[in-house]
Amino acid sequence: MSAINYSEKIPNNVNLSDDRTLQRALEQWQPNFINWWDDMGPVGTTDSEVYLRTAVSVDPQGWAQFGHVKMRDYRWGIFLNQGEADRKIHFGDHKGEAAWQDVPGEHRANLRRIIVTQGDTEPASVEQQRHLGQTAPSMYDLRNLFQINVEEGRHLWAMVYLLHKHFGRDGREEAEALLERRSGNDDNPRILQAFNEQTPDWLSFFMFTYFTDRDGKFQLCALAESSFDPLARTTKFMLTEEAHHMFVGESGISRVIQRTCQAMNELKTDDVAKLRAAGVIDLPTIQRYLNFHFSVTIDLFGADESSNAATFYSSGLKGRYEEGKRDDDHVLRGQTYKVLHVQNGQLLEKEVPMLNALNEVLRDDYITDSKAGVDRWNRVIDKAGIPFKLQVPHKAFHRNIGSLSGSKVSPDGRVVSDAEWNAKLNDWLPSAEDRAFVASLMGRVAEPGKFANWIAPPAIGINRQPVDFEYVRFN
Amino acid sequence: MSDTAELLQQHLIDPEVCIRCNTCEATCPVGAVTHDSRNYVVDADKCNHCMACVPPCPTGSIDHWFPVLRSKAYSLAEQLSWDELPTAQSVDALPVAAQVSGSTAFETAATSVPVTANAPVVNAASLGATVPPWSAAHPYTNLHGPKSPITATVVGNMQVNEAGTDNETHHIVLDFGSMPFPVLEGQSVGIIAPGVDEHGKPHHARQYSVASPRNGERPGYNNLSLTVKRVVQDHQGQAVKGVASNYLCDLKTGDSVQVIGPFGSSFLMPNHPGSHLVMICTGTGSAPMRGMTEWRRRLKASGKFEGGKLMLFFGARTQQELPYFGPLQKLPRDFIEMHFAFSRTPGAPKRYVQDAMRDASANLAALLQDPQTHFYVCGLKSMEEGVLQALHDIAVGAGLDWTTVAATLKQEGRLQLETY
Repeated sequence: MSAINYSEKIPNNVNLSDDRTLQRALEQWQPNFINWWDDMGPVGTTDSEVYLRTAVSVDPQGWAQFGHVKMRDYRWGIFLNQGEADRKIHFGDHKGEAAWQDVPGEHRANLRRIIVTQGDTEPASVEQQRHLGQTAPSMYDLRNLFQINVEEGRHLWAMVYLLHKHFGRDGREEAEALLERRSGNDDNPRILQAFNEQTPDWLSFFMFTYFTDRDGKFQLCALAESSFDPLARTTKFMLTEEAHHMFVGESGISRVIQRTCQAMNELKTDDVAKLRAAGVIDLPTIQRYLNFHFSVTIDLFGADESSNAATFYSSGLKGRYEEGKRDDDHVLRGQTYKVLHVQNGQLLEKEVPMLNALNEVLRDDYITDSKAGVDRWNRVIDKAGIPFKLQVPHKAFHRNIGSLSGSKVSPDGRVVSDAEWNAKLNDWLPSAEDRAFVASLMGRVAEPGKFANWIAPPAIGINRQPVDFEYVRFN
Repeated sequence: MSDTAELLQQHLIDPEVCIRCNTCEATCPVGAVTHDSRNYVVDADKCNHCMACVPPCPTGSIDHWFPVLRSKAYSLAEQLSWDELPTAQSVDALPVAAQVSGSTAFETAATSVPVTANAPVVNAASLGATVPPWSAAHPYTNLHGPKSPITATVVGNMQVNEAGTDNETHHIVLDFGSMPFPVLEGQSVGIIAPGVDEHGKPHHARQYSVASPRNGERPGYNNLSLTVKRVVQDHQGQAVKGVASNYLCDLKTGDSVQVIGPFGSSFLMPNHPGSHLVMICTGTGSAPMRGMTEWRRRLKASGKFEGGKLMLFFGARTQQELPYFGPLQKLPRDFIEMHFAFSRTPGAPKRYVQDAMRDASANLAALLQDPQTHFYVCGLKSMEEGVLQALHDIAVGAGLDWTTVAATLKQEGRLQLETY
């Protein structure tokens, strides 16, 4: 593969061609990446040309270049946001010192772990979504799915770049392992459990991109504060792409709701059976999917009390969301934060050292942000004149990580008995029947401008193209 | 100032489509975008229509432009309270019915450029500034949209290269009477040719750079000039009659022309004493250079302005084809340093503007290191790479770090590219 000119094939702003070691490492890794894409990327898309956004530089004009390309030939680039001259560490014990351009020996293991964990989610989500193209509700949605897929691929490149560039042989081995683990594989699964779950249908996909990619946003925001400058600059650029993924989720669910409300008004009913017979997804089912994805995603922030979180913060590896915009001492020693636990059948708050509770801090910021979007979905329902409100479940509901793990808490925040939990489970989380119904709606619609019955068309197309634009050319 | 001149295309974000991802706020170079827990909004007093936020927006919600009187622009507080965009202020109530659709198409056309297979060493897309120099005058943009063009009257039309040569080029002067159409050197206008295209639709506007200085082709009059080449073949050499260029070149004094614009808020000249201009152009790309040069010449003649150096690199196929060759010869050498490059002079080797630049590399290297120097490149797309490569090589040859030089030029709005 050495015939490829990597500095041309891989758009980059890291002077790839000047770094022989890095170039050799990528020369070894790149064919394996393509093999992985062929094996685990979107099914049956080898010849399709997709109207994709490709970043060719980090400035506003350069990072959104649109054109029809085959995904296999997508130019996965390596971009770091412009560096800030003399950037200083702005939180933790090293506050005020110069940001690191290389990995300090004492933080090497932790940084590697953070980068590998982040990097592992990128190919994992491509694997989770590889069959979805076969049931896309429209060509427009198909294109959006593929855009997400290639950008997750680019995010993998971004993390692999850091591993190759800064972690030597260990980094190269980790980069290989990123291509070897498989989502949902019993023998060699992806690192985080949410990335081993299936994404069986488009409602799940939209929920996943709304909730779980938003987790990605918050993790990236926390890493964008990092004292390790290359990590901060890489994740800052990744955030601009993550925005598109959340857009797909937020607008996707919004369009599902819009279509359901339209059917409710046409049929003048909120009867679930009638609505299902009319081929739209009833609002209670949407609420149950929301409950599931929200609760699974907030587990991703980790245990509510964590000494690792404290270490990562104090040593400057990972900041808080919008660290730079907060006006406290950015060291946090001696400060406390409230976390939840169940005691004697009751949910209680307790004060713990803030440094140990930083996972909880990030989770709470995430919850605030998630709720705002759910409120926007409610405006769609409001506008249709329907008295129904979607709600984000209580943060203790259906948790499997941290001190709340295994507690039986209802979506409205009551500790309930096993009997009540089991009796209500199908009201709170998607039942097998719900999933079967949603699956029954999933048929492929792939003509330009046509949409499946269960989803409304978008308000605007991509990049000012019309909604009936040929976003994917099947060859 | 009359009400009309205070017309504003107010930039608004659709709160129903926006997902509050913060990309626009992070992108905005002038801090015009802000938010609360509810909405992302644009400060009309700060937004300079640079469009930097438009391509990165994942939703398209960013791309809304409402014609309003500046005095009635939506405040931040109003925008923060919205659940949806208001219905546009009654357009009839506005002095000029500026329409939203298409009025920003020129600035963003570059975002739909197809992906190319190879990134050039000097990537023009990433090098050109998106901000004007600090001392630029504030431009008016989009005063007249495609649905409500302004009517101008032709007051002059003359050929400005030798009659009988290829690439017949005209200098056309348009007068706007009492209607406001304020322009700065480096801005452009759109011309709508009458009639319909092969699909029966009205012709879309063709863009031309203004060739005159801000106070008019004739100082003190409400007029401007354009440099127009009569297009008789396409880029591949096939015979094609350019719709707008032939219409313009055939205009007679007294004819009416439909004009939209002005456009452009970045390719603008510095106005502070001691600022240098390096102008690199081919053919009709000379229009903005003529405007800037003439403005500096008038300032110098007034005796009240101490300008910096002016340096011009001008390319054409032959001297006979080069627009304004005669008038240029009359400019004093201590006012402007001129280098011509001709690529089709019989018996002489082909010479392009980048060759002329390399010949002048000593002077250019000095100017590259001077923070008062502003570079302007205008002409056919194909010249861009060669020109930037030449700048790159001259910088490297002078021991400069090109990446730093290029980044600084871009950041400070001192390298402006306008190619077509």
